[in-house]
Amino acid sequence: MAKHPYMQSYIIRGYFITGHCHKLMLEISNLACMRGDHQLFTGLNFSLGAGEVIQVQGENGSGKTSLLRTLCGFIQPEAGEIHWRGQDIHKLGEEYFAEMFYLGHLNAIKDELNSLENLRISAGLAGCAVDEKVALAALRRMGLRRREHLPVKVLSQGQRRRVALSRLLVSDALLWILDEPLTALDVGAVGLMEELIGEHLSKGGMAIFTTHQPLQVAGVETRVLTLS
Amino acid sequence: MNKLSLFDLLALVIHRDLLLALRRRADVLTTLVFFVMVVSLFPLGVGPEPEVLRKMAAGVVWVAALLSSMLSLARMFSADYLDGTLEQMLIAPQSLSVLVFGKILAHWILSGLPLVFIAPVLGLQFGMSFQSLWVLILVLLLGTPILSMIGAIGAALTLGLRGGGVLVSLLVLPLCIPVLIFGTGAVEAVNTGITIIPNVSLLAAMFLFALVFTPWVTAQALRISME
Repeated sequence: MAKHPYMQSYIIRGYFITGHCHKLMLEISNLACMRGDHQLFTGLNFSLGAGEVIQVQGENGSGKTSLLRTLCGFIQPEAGEIHWRGQDIHKLGEEYFAEMFYLGHLNAIKDELNSLENLRISAGLAGCAVDEKVALAALRRMGLRRREHLPVKVLSQGQRRRVALSRLLVSDALLWILDEPLTALDVGAVGLMEELIGEHLSKGGMAIFTTHQPLQVAGVETRVLTLS
Repeated sequence: MNKLSLFDLLALVIHRDLLLALRRRADVLTTLVFFVMVVSLFPLGVGPEPEVLRKMAAGVVWVAALLSSMLSLARMFSADYLDGTLEQMLIAPQSLSVLVFGKILAHWILSGLPLVFIAPVLGLQFGMSFQSLWVLILVLLLGTPILSMIGAIGAALTLGLRGGGVLVSLLVLPLCIPVLIFGTGAVEAVNTGITIIPNVSLLAAMFLFALVFTPWVTAQALRISME
């Protein structure tokens, strides 16, 4: 672990977090969401504490993405509240965003830039300066060795997803919100994602994700939330 | 993890947009070539009388600048919207207004600043005096950022709409009329030998007003468009 400089700072922060905060970090109460005229879900209650992970399941169109986007604050909920550390996320605003990482269906990477530039710039936009060595280490861990300087437009879909996911390695966010993180990933990368989520949880982080593939995080019980 | 200061963040956004433009030069060049073409077409259309041309030069340059800045407006946020970067900007832990301001500045550097440099050359074609060319440069320096700033609001509001490109022009062009009036007014004033100060002061006032409010308004418009 000490080999990766980005991991060190991460661990320090992890201990700090587990030491000081009350257990339930994210609390969702009585949440309802509408898209257009269609009621997606109502009366949704759950909470997420340090070291916990939730997998959201449901058919296509059952509101998985809408739920995650509501948790990010993109969508105003129809009813109900989302609390982070006991406060409404819409009131917290940037304080909440600083502790949250979201990756949606879109990779948020630029075709014209190479993997390294993409990673450093997107981390920068999220407020963290990442130096080149750290970024290279993250990309290599994501299996992009020798692809670091290639423009993203020549990479495959799975490799692009890996570039997007490499941001997880340089982020110090506590809450990971991942919408279909495994799309286009091969078996090896799925294993790597299980490993990354496991590491994140063991440091007191938490994650909520949607997927249609089975994802087993070692040593942690994955709670399943089914939308219907 | 090193946190970025607001100034670093601004520099990063500008650097990113310029880098992207450098890798996709055609977009920037189209705006510039369009500007040169429109301005050059007028002498062909209205005939070569030097007096007529000199009189209309400033107006032609301004209208062409207005139209060519519309060309690139639709692209201001749409690429970031389509690839998900804009989503990430909305949940960035810093003020969205700062990110938006960086994007506006980058847009001006790419689409407004080149016009400021090339306009005097085109002005010479119309037989403008050196004095009025300097005034033209001054008012374009003040006016083109206003076009980018007002345009940003329109671009944010029409984000993701079908035919957004045309709609943004219809929305933004009327709002740019004051810039056009005072911009040409200053050049007109110097030609007739009266002071340019009222026109330039009004442009400067609009510039400052836009500088304060448009990044924030654009940020709000983006939040509405993304919901």
